[in-house]
Amino acid sequence: MNFDTSQLTAVAPEITLLTLACVVLLVDLFVKEESRIITGLLTIGSLLVTAIVVYAGMGGESQLLFSGSIVRDPMGDVLKIAMLLITTMVFLYSGEYQKERDLYRGEYFVLGLFGVLGMMILTSAHSFLTLYLGLELMSLSMYAMVALQRDEARASEAAMKYFVLGALASGMLLYGISMLYGATGTLDIGEVAKAIEGQSGNSDLNLVLIFGLVFVVSGIAFKLGAVPFHMWVPDVYHGAPTSVTTYIASAPKIAAFAMVMRLLVDGLHGMVVDWQQMLIILALLSMALGNVIAIAQTNLKRMLAYSGISHIGFLLLGVLSGTEAGYESSMFYAITYALTSAGAFGMILLMSRKGFEAEELTDYRGLSKRNPWYALMMLILMFSMAGVPPTVGFYAKLAVLQQVITVELVWLAIAAVFFSIIGAFYYLRVIKMVYFDEAEEGSRGIECDDLSPAGITLSVNALVVLGLGLFPGALMMLCQTAIG
Amino acid sequence: MDSSSNILSLLIWVPIVGGLLTLAVGDRRGAMGRVTALAFAIITLLISLSLWNGFDRSTHLMQFVELIPWIEPFNINYHLGVDGISMPFIVLTSFITVIVVIAGWEVIQDRNSQYMAAFLIMTGLMNGVFAALDAILFYIFWEAMLIPMFIIIGVWGGPKRVYATIKFFLYTFLGSVFMLISLLWLYSESNTFSILAYHDLKIGMTAQMLIFFAFLLAFAVKVPMWPVHTWLPDAHVEAPTGGSVVLAAIMLKMGAYGFLRFSLPIVPDASSELDTFMITLSLIAVVYIGFVALVQQDMKKLIAYSSISHMGFVTLGFFIPFMIFKQSGSMEGAAIGVEGALAQMISHGFISAAMFLSVGVLYDRLHSREIGDYGGVANTMPAFAAFMLFFSMANAGLPGTSGFVGEFMVILGSFRANFWIAFLAASTLILGAAYTLWMYKRVVYGKIGNDGVAGLSDMNKREFLMMAILAAAVLAMGLYPAPVIDVMHASVDHLLQQITISKL
Repeated sequence: MNFDTSQLTAVAPEITLLTLACVVLLVDLFVKEESRIITGLLTIGSLLVTAIVVYAGMGGESQLLFSGSIVRDPMGDVLKIAMLLITTMVFLYSGEYQKERDLYRGEYFVLGLFGVLGMMILTSAHSFLTLYLGLELMSLSMYAMVALQRDEARASEAAMKYFVLGALASGMLLYGISMLYGATGTLDIGEVAKAIEGQSGNSDLNLVLIFGLVFVVSGIAFKLGAVPFHMWVPDVYHGAPTSVTTYIASAPKIAAFAMVMRLLVDGLHGMVVDWQQMLIILALLSMALGNVIAIAQTNLKRMLAYSGISHIGFLLLGVLSGTEAGYESSMFYAITYALTSAGAFGMILLMSRKGFEAEELTDYRGLSKRNPWYALMMLILMFSMAGVPPTVGFYAKLAVLQQVITVELVWLAIAAVFFSIIGAFYYLRVIKMVYFDEAEEGSRGIECDDLSPAGITLSVNALVVLGLGLFPGALMMLCQTAIG
Repeated sequence: MDSSSNILSLLIWVPIVGGLLTLAVGDRRGAMGRVTALAFAIITLLISLSLWNGFDRSTHLMQFVELIPWIEPFNINYHLGVDGISMPFIVLTSFITVIVVIAGWEVIQDRNSQYMAAFLIMTGLMNGVFAALDAILFYIFWEAMLIPMFIIIGVWGGPKRVYATIKFFLYTFLGSVFMLISLLWLYSESNTFSILAYHDLKIGMTAQMLIFFAFLLAFAVKVPMWPVHTWLPDAHVEAPTGGSVVLAAIMLKMGAYGFLRFSLPIVPDASSELDTFMITLSLIAVVYIGFVALVQQDMKKLIAYSSISHMGFVTLGFFIPFMIFKQSGSMEGAAIGVEGALAQMISHGFISAAMFLSVGVLYDRLHSREIGDYGGVANTMPAFAAFMLFFSMANAGLPGTSGFVGEFMVILGSFRANFWIAFLAASTLILGAAYTLWMYKRVVYGKIGNDGVAGLSDMNKREFLMMAILAAAVLAMGLYPAPVIDVMHASVDHLLQQITISKL
C-alpha cells in the first residue's frame, strides 16, 4: 500500500475534527463545573473551524484516496458543511436546556463531535467498510447521547430501543453488503458498480445481488426511519432529552441521504430498476403513515417524529427518480429539512424551563400574545414543514415532485400531494394553538423575552428558512454543481 | 416608460412593506399603526390608479411587463404583466384594501396593528396573483395569500373561527396542490413556467381533460362553485367584517380569474368539451344556492350564499361562448358573455363588500348576525337604512346599479346559446330580489323589534365615509359601465380567438 502524505490534505477536515474533539475531551477534564461554558464554546469553535477547513479544500475534481476507500467530491463537501453548520446551531440551542437539567457535561459535547465525525466519514466513504465505520461511529455516539439522562426511565428505554434496533439495522446492512461482496468480489463502491454493469446478463449472480440489495435497502430504511422500519423514531425522539432529539433529527438526516447516495447511486446504480420499486413503496408508506399518525399526536416531539417520517418519504421521491436532477432535489430536500427540523426542535428547547418540558402541543397556547416574535418564527417553521410558499419547504417539495413527474410517475406525485394535505392539518393545528387559543389560567406558560443564544439562533434559523424560500436559487445551484 | 415599468412590483411590495412597518410600529403608540396602514393603503390605491391611467386599451398584449430571472435552476422568472382582464382587479384590490382599513379602524380592539398588517400584506400578495405571468410565481402568491387570511379568520373571527379557518385553509390547499401537479407536468412538457407559453402549447385530449379537472379543482374551490362551496359560508360567518369583505370582493374573483388565465386558454378543447358540464354546475349555483340563501337566518350566511349564486353567473358567462361557437361556428356576440361575467366580478366586488360592511355596522352595535334579532332598524338608523336599501337593490340587480350590468350581459349572451339556460339564469333576478329584499324587510322595516334595536345609534362619520364611497362606485358603474368594459375589450376578444383554435 503506497501512502502519500499529500492525500492527507484531502481528509484534513476529518483530521481536524478528530484532533479538536480530543482536545475538547482533554480540556473538559480540567475545567470546573462552573466554567464548563469553555467546553461548549470550544465545541462550537471546533465545528466552525472544521467547516472552514472543508470550505478551504472545496472545489476541483473528485479524488479517490487511500486505495479507493475514501472519496472527496463536491457533494460530500457541501453536505459536510451543511452538517457542521446545522450541528453548530443544535449546540447553540441546547446550552441553556442542558444546564437546567444537569446535562451540561463534557460527554455530551465530545459524543456530539464524534457523531459529526462519523457522519463526515460516512459521507466520504467509497468502500463498504469505510461506510460502515462512519455509520457506526455516528450511531454509537447517538445511542450514548440518548442515554445521557441516566436516571430518567424514559430516556434509558429509548436508548435501549434505539441501540437494539440500530444494531439490528447495522446487521442487516452488513448482511446485504456481504452478499454484494460475494457476488462482486470487492468492497470498493466504484468496483462494485463496474462489476454490476459487467454482469447484467448473469441471472444466478443477479439473484444474489438483488438478495443483497433488499438487505441493504432495509438497513438504509432503518437508519432513515422510513416505514415499515420506523418504529424506533417516535420513541427515541420522545424519550431522548430534547437537545439530543434536536441533534438526531437534523444533521443525521443529511448523513442518511449521503449513505443512500453512496450505496444506491454510486454503488448499485446498475440496479436502479430494482431499488426504484423498493423506494417507491418505502416513500409511499412513509408519507401515508407518517402524516396520518402525526394527526393523533398530542406531544409535539412525537408529532415532529411522525412528521419526520413523512418527510423522509418525500426525500426518497427525488432519489427514486433515478436521475441526476432527482438526486439534486433530494439533496436540497435533505439540507432544508434538517434546517427546518433543527428549528422546530430548537423551539421546544427555547420554550422549556427548569423542570418544565414545553413538549405538549397545549403548552403553546397563546404564544402569540406573550411573545409575538417567536410565534411568528414558529409560524414560518410550521408552514415550511407543510410546504406552503414562500418558505423553503415549498421549493423542496416542488423540486422532488418535479422530478417524479419528469420520470412519468404522475400518480406518485398525486399521492404525495394528497398526503401533504393531510399533513398540513397538524401543522395548522400547532399554529392554531400559537395564534388562536388563549393560554389556560394558571398554566405553566412558556415565556421568554430575553435575548438568549438559543433565541437568536432560532430567529436566524427561521429567517433563513424564509429567506431560502424567497431566494432558493443559490442553494439549488449549489446542489446542482455538487451532484452534476 | 421607465417610471411605470416597475409599477406592478410597487403594487405588490409597497403594501407588503407597509404591512411590515405597521407590524413594527405596533399598538403601543396609539393610532400610529393604523395611520401607517391607511397611508400605505392609500399610496397603493394611488399607484393602482396610475396603472389604470397608463393602460393602453387598444391592445391585448401584456403591459407593464417585468421579467427578471429568479430561480435559474428551475427556469422560474419574476415575470409580471397585466392585460385588460387582470388590470381592473388590481385596482379593485387596492381600492377594497382602503375600505377594509377604514372599516377596521375602531372596531378591532385586539392587536389592531397586526390586523391591519395582515390585510396589507395580503393586498400585496393578491395583487401579485393578478399580475404574475410565471406559473410558479402565481402559485406562490396564490398559496402565500392563504397565510394572512388563515390568521385573520382564526384570530379575529367569531366563536367557531378555528373550525372555519382550518376548513378554509385545507379546502383551498387541497384544490391548489392539484393545480401544482398540472403546472409541473406542463413544465416537463415545455421546459418553461411561462403562462403565456402554455397558451400556445399543444396538448393531447386526455392530458387536457386531466389538466382541466386539476385546474377546476383549484379554481372551483376558490370561486366557489357548487358542490365545493361549503367552506365559504363557514369562513364568511366566522371571519371579521374585513375578512369577509376581502374574501367576497377579491378572493372569490381569483378563482374566476384562474379560469380565464389558465383553464380556457391552456386547455381550450377540454373546456369546449365540458361546456355543458360547467354550465350545469353554474346554473345549479345560480338557482339552487339562490333558494338556499332564501332560508338563511344569519345575515352573513345569506350574503355568502348570495355570493355563490352571483359567482355562478360569472362561470356561466365564461363557458357560454363555447356553446355559441358550437352552434354558429363563430364567436360573434360571444364576447358579451365573458365581458358580462367580468363586469359582474367587479360589480360583485363592490356590492358584496358593501353588504358585508352593512352587516358589520349592525354587528358592531348588537353583536348578532341573526335576522331575528333585528327589526325596525330604519327607525333608529335612517341614514344606514338608506344605504343598505341601495346596496340591497344593487345585490338584487336593479337597473342603474352595477349589479344589473353584468347579469344583464350574461343573460343576453345566454340567449344566443340556449333559451332555457337564459331562462334559468334569469330566475336569479327574482330569487336575488326575494332573498335580499326579504332580509332587508325583516331587518330594517317594521316595528322596533327589541330594546337593542331601540338603543341603536346611526352611522358615525367613518362608517358613512366608507358606505358613501362604495355607493358612489356601485352607482357609477351602474350608470356608465363603458370605461370598465372598454378596458377589457381587446383582451377578451383575443381570448375568444385563442379558445377557438384547437390545440390537439
